[in-house]
Amino acid sequence: MKKSNFLAWLKSWDAGEFDFTAALPKDYTDPNANAGNQDHPWKLEPVNRLEEGELRSFRKSYPFFAVVLCGIMISFLLLTVANLPTYGSADSPAHNEVMERYVEKGMEETGAVNVVAGVILDYRAFDTLGESHVLYTAATAVFILLLSLKGAGEPEQEKRIMQSDPLLKSTARIIVPLVIVYGIYVIFNGHLGPGGGFSGGAVIGGGLILYAIAFGFEPLDKFLNLKVYRIVVLCALCFYSFAKCYSFFCGANHLETIFSPGTPGMIFSAGLILPLNMAVGIVVACTMYGFYSIFQRGRI
Amino acid sequence: MLQTLWNSRVNCIAVILFAVGFATLLLHRNLFKKILGLNIMDTASCLLLTSMGYIEGRTAPIIVDGVTDVERYGNPLPAGLVLTGIVVSVSVTAVMLALTVKLYERYHTLDLDEIYMIARQEEGKEGEK
Amino acid sequence: MDVIELMLLLLLLVCGIATCLSRNLLVSLVIFMAYSVMMSIVWVLLEAPDLAITEAAVGAGVSSVLLFLTLKKIRDIRKKVQDEKK
Repeated sequence: MKKSNFLAWLKSWDAGEFDFTAALPKDYTDPNANAGNQDHPWKLEPVNRLEEGELRSFRKSYPFFAVVLCGIMISFLLLTVANLPTYGSADSPAHNEVMERYVEKGMEETGAVNVVAGVILDYRAFDTLGESHVLYTAATAVFILLLSLKGAGEPEQEKRIMQSDPLLKSTARIIVPLVIVYGIYVIFNGHLGPGGGFSGGAVIGGGLILYAIAFGFEPLDKFLNLKVYRIVVLCALCFYSFAKCYSFFCGANHLETIFSPGTPGMIFSAGLILPLNMAVGIVVACTMYGFYSIFQRGRI
Repeated sequence: MLQTLWNSRVNCIAVILFAVGFATLLLHRNLFKKILGLNIMDTASCLLLTSMGYIEGRTAPIIVDGVTDVERYGNPLPAGLVLTGIVVSVSVTAVMLALTVKLYERYHTLDLDEIYMIARQEEGKEGEK
Repeated sequence: MDVIELMLLLLLLVCGIATCLSRNLLVSLVIFMAYSVMMSIVWVLLEAPDLAITEAAVGAGVSSVLLFLTLKKIRDIRKKVQDEKK
């Protein structure tokens, strides 16, 4: 960023940046429009609206009424909060026998030390299956929308700037392995402590994104292209579905499984929770990297 | 009543944040701002749900030393539900952003009213033909 | 602990309102990232560490990266349109 641009950028902070009426750009002209800052990329665009008087008066009063509406909404919701059970009280109706059962029998039945993991991947595993499918469907929708972008591919100039940056490169060289190892740790410890497939997968995806920013897509393309993505995600989702469909055959009571819960506290315990966590983690990591890749260059 | 509200201040903040997100949706015509507002509403409702699972003086539902006494741990259910909600919100955000990029490519503006006006004009032109 | 919680909640509110009011899209996005990180700390205080990890990785990490990329994409498209006009 050039110096003059930067000064104008700083000035744009003072100039009505926190102006409430600014949501109404009726006569609003960009204060930097004549300051050599016309191509500032991230300004809200001023729009000249020349509409009839009625519409204009509507626009004038609109923010006021919107804020009043939100004020009314806040007061009603606060009234509701005042009638809810007090925050942090143990006798709220949310803490009923279901929670008691999960906490007291959870470790025994599922083998997971982390009760939350036991709940989402054993008692309520269908929830999580649906969630993985939501993620996959969202990725598919994004692919459909953005795959046909014209001029796909990274802009050459930016690529050169990014990849010649020694600071970024050497930082990424140190941090990326740590991030990915941490993500794997979070996935493998999903049943022993806080974490699990979603958080670990998102961490691994973040590491892959950082690597792609620092070193470009070419090294990653060798092992994570569209074909690999399809196969891996499909296998993970199918494994999840098949692993959980046995509960159809034993009368939906999938607590008595052929996989023993094992000793709680060991890595290889808790029956199916660890493999399911791995499947979910793979889906999430691939999808996050896929989102980045598709937004950045229009293909995976 | 003020005392009650002060005692459940996390819920109050969650509710106010929800209204702030709603105000962002109403006040801005910019699609990007609307997406940020939706995300704020999302996290605010997650905060309200999570605060329902918190019990004063109890720890997170991760069993320590094999003690499975219900008096010691918080409620694991809201955490499980919200975990689903966060990931779904990311998927929704990604789809909305992809649609935004497509809209910008088509109409060269992020302003929802502008997009609507251009679309209406184009419809009128097609009608004349 | 109460003081920290109160400060975090107030900052959360300030960040939410600032996201709404700032006119610069980039600035509001950065404030939104700060909002997400603070939300994850609030969740640690609410004894929900699973959520805190997920929010820190997903809300502040991936979701913000996607929002940044959208801004970049929009700038690219605008530049292309401006070049074509010239």
